[in-house]
Amino acid sequence: MNTPRLEARALAKRYPVGNRRKGAMLHAVDDVDLVIQAGESVGLVGESGCGKSTLARLLARLIDPTSGTIFLDGEDTTALSQAAFVASPDRARIQVVFQDPTESLNPSFRVFRSIADPITRLLSIRDPAELSDRVHRAADLVGLPRELIQRYPHQLSGGQRARVGIARAIAVEPSLLILDEPTSALDVSVQAVILRLLADLRERLGMSYLFVSHDLNVVRLLCSRIVVMYLGRVVEVAPTEQLFTAPRHPYTQALVAAIPDPARRDEKRPRLDGSPRSPVDPDPDTCRFFGRCPIGTERCTQSAPTLEPVGDEHFAACHFTTVVSTERGDP
Amino acid sequence: MKAPATPLLSIEDLSLVFRTRHGTVRALENVDLTVERGEIVGVVGESGSGKSVMAYAALGLQDAAAQVLGGRILFEGLDMLAAAPDVLAATRGREIAMIFQSPRTALNPIRKVGHQIADVLLEHTAVRRSDLRQRAIEALARVRIPDPERRYEAYPFELSGGMCQRVMIAMALACSPSLLIADEPTTGLDVTTQAVIMDLVREMSREARMSTLLITHDLGLAGEYCDRIAVMHAGHIVEVAPTVELLQRPAHPYTRQLLASTPTPRSSIDQLVSIPGQLPDLRSDLPACRFSARCERHVSACDERPLPWTVISPQHAVRCRVPL
Repeated sequence: MNTPRLEARALAKRYPVGNRRKGAMLHAVDDVDLVIQAGESVGLVGESGCGKSTLARLLARLIDPTSGTIFLDGEDTTALSQAAFVASPDRARIQVVFQDPTESLNPSFRVFRSIADPITRLLSIRDPAELSDRVHRAADLVGLPRELIQRYPHQLSGGQRARVGIARAIAVEPSLLILDEPTSALDVSVQAVILRLLADLRERLGMSYLFVSHDLNVVRLLCSRIVVMYLGRVVEVAPTEQLFTAPRHPYTQALVAAIPDPARRDEKRPRLDGSPRSPVDPDPDTCRFFGRCPIGTERCTQSAPTLEPVGDEHFAACHFTTVVSTERGDP
Repeated sequence: MKAPATPLLSIEDLSLVFRTRHGTVRALENVDLTVERGEIVGVVGESGSGKSVMAYAALGLQDAAAQVLGGRILFEGLDMLAAAPDVLAATRGREIAMIFQSPRTALNPIRKVGHQIADVLLEHTAVRRSDLRQRAIEALARVRIPDPERRYEAYPFELSGGMCQRVMIAMALACSPSLLIADEPTTGLDVTTQAVIMDLVREMSREARMSTLLITHDLGLAGEYCDRIAVMHAGHIVEVAPTVELLQRPAHPYTRQLLASTPTPRSSIDQLVSIPGQLPDLRSDLPACRFSARCERHVSACDERPLPWTVISPQHAVRCRVPL
């Protein structure tokens, strides 16, 4: 077995909420295991508040986990605290492309400085000629015209800003790129360019991707495997096509059925109504999806299901995956 | 075919500009669009294409800097651009209702949602004060808000985004309007919530024979829910067609490229194409066809004014001299 690029074991992040004396805890990410192989693109999907962004930030070591371990190329990165990790040479190995390129670029930095900053900090390159060379190479890779390098973010279009965000992340040659909704602020025509650029960069640079998005059609294009989260837990992991054609968890089924699709405009599809349960001190013995689940029985309140294999490379956390698979498609 | 009766809403040859310190923005030019009774019409375009400006104009709401250069907007025979303010005020809310992109900001944050619905009923309908609460609760129940008696007492911050949007829809539908204008009603909502909200809008349209004008940037969403789709580019409506026809046989080069750049549940990354160039600056001198600089089919005749509508089939028209 090759050493995975990234491996997370029993990762959890809890935040104290409300009255501190009562000690209530919000379980943002709860007992998550995740593996990303070298060169692999993994999609992470789920509704807002399911913990996918928290998980992405944990894996990127932007925040410290409450418990659990993260291995990067076999080394335990959680041995260092987040504050110490920032100064370590490993920081350059995981980089993040943020959601809104307008919000995540310093408005008073020219493009050059935005891209050069991580190179000086993380790779300790201060020689002006080499720095300039690296910045230009990164800009070339993302197709950013050189004449834009001396501009400020407000002088760029949305698509150009997105390119700067990507150039900044790849300038330090990371082995894992975490993309947090990188195209959700862009129009479709620009989104198409950026998605193709990301596909091309992965091939040329051999990076692994963790692609976080709420848009399943977009995730599908770039990822070979998809992880579905619901209320802090991973509920299903499957190869992309299998997740779309034969989802096994009832939440994933509702998610896939909800993708707008003109080809299915007259079909009656199962809909997911209601709101999720509270993430504050959830009952450890009740399935997180109970109450909203179309199948939910008493058994779901007596023991919470864990991820179990349901097929080749396919895992789902539901007591009724066999029942579900035969009933699939019926409203 | 539709009956030849007059449409519920008709926008005729509308041109609108914004006078700004940085020049005149030609936001809409010679825009034509009709909405029949009971029909769901989608207006699709990228940001800056003018779709929201058009929707607001249909309500008779224009920015102070806006100037209508020509054209009419007729709603059941009433000219929305010329009508007196009190007539407009009576029409809006009762005959034409609107739901907005971010429901949480569109609702009053310090007033209970039930009271906000009651306000609308009181303003626009002949309801007895003693029945007001009951009618508002019925409105909440109609959009399938669970436990409507309790939700009547809720403030917007106590409800999820999807719930707030349902309250907005309940409010919009409270007076049984004949036209609903929905401006990106599901942007920012989860895909599962979006499906529930859009099913609801469609169901209300069908049941009450309400017409809907759906403004969206999402061609997939419009494709699933609309009867007809109008595509906007840089202040022009470039193509109008029944949904299936538009998706299967787009006639305008822009429509085809927009379709090709939209990820679908079946496309692959290699099939995804981008549209070269960008929207023209609407403050500059614009050519007759505002897509010409980005268009691979451009011929010299494209620059002649006026840019004509080419009829492809009875309900399918395109503003292009060299349609596909």
